Amino acid sequence: MLNIGSMTFNSHLFLGTGKYKDAKTQLQAVEASETEVLTFAVRRMNLFDSSQPDPFEQMDVSKYRLLPNTAGAKTAEEAVRTAKLAEAANMCDMIKVEVIGCDKTLLPDPVETLRASEQLLNEGFTVLAYTSDDVVLARKLQETGVHAVMPGASPIGTGLGIINPYNLSHIIEQAKVPVIVDAGIGSPKDASYAMELGADGILLNTAVSGAGDPVKMAEAMKLAIRAGTLGAEAGRIDKKFYAQASSPLGGLSI
Amino acid sequence: MQITLNGQIQNIENSQTVAELLEELQVAHKKTVVERNGIIVMEELHKEEGLKDGDRIEIIHFVGGG
Repeated sequence: MLNIGSMTFNSHLFLGTGKYKDAKTQLQAVEASETEVLTFAVRRMNLFDSSQPDPFEQMDVSKYRLLPNTAGAKTAEEAVRTAKLAEAANMCDMIKVEVIGCDKTLLPDPVETLRASEQLLNEGFTVLAYTSDDVVLARKLQETGVHAVMPGASPIGTGLGIINPYNLSHIIEQAKVPVIVDAGIGSPKDASYAMELGADGILLNTAVSGAGDPVKMAEAMKLAIRAGTLGAEAGRIDKKFYAQASSPLGGLSI
Repeated sequence: MQITLNGQIQNIENSQTVAELLEELQVAHKKTVVERNGIIVMEELHKEEGLKDGDRIEIIHFVGGG
């Protein structure tokens, strides 16, 4: 079970809706993932191009909790505006605060992320803050009262996996709210590893939508998250420097 | 009347309200949010919210993202 604000989820996987080749593949991937939370973006409509895809075509959005992001915002004020637009359309159960501060790495702007989170909390939003793997910033976000912190495994869309498990472990250890690892997940092993480290959930998009078979990868991610969760609950063995035989040394016949 | 619609200056002849504008643009059936001069116009007020010359109208929708 995953509790965020007043919401409870059985699934620990949040799925993005970007970059699928078609609506049917997206729908099948969403179903295979068994996610309960969908993420999407808020944009000015291109009124002069009616061919724009609708991320929720063929989907019954009432079956999901909606987590719009504030992607595109570079300041707290822009992020707050985006959140309010989503809320006005009744498309916002939770808001993913995403304020990018670097065009090359797409890493978040820590100062603006903190400011946006504070403002949105004051407005009564359920706030999930996308952050880098900065341990101190994650703590400061937590202190503002965010409902979850979402450290990146690695920069958005890179698929590099967890590049700093040390920082991520500290973020998890100090956490008083759920930690959702968001961005940079490349393969099921990354998702499983995050859960083994003690994360509460995973938000991913490109790892599924960009996979050779997105529907199969969606199921793989679901299973990986389950495996990692069970592994973390079970408690792994300590790592040892020297080999230790699994089979008994006594009773050898030779 | 002339308005700035999603950043582009447009002449609108047939619409007096936000609701009529969405109809004219053939997007009334889509999930959108409208801002008039930087202030959100809630859907239940679309029929009452009149348009004026020089208005800045933003029509926002939802797209795939992560």
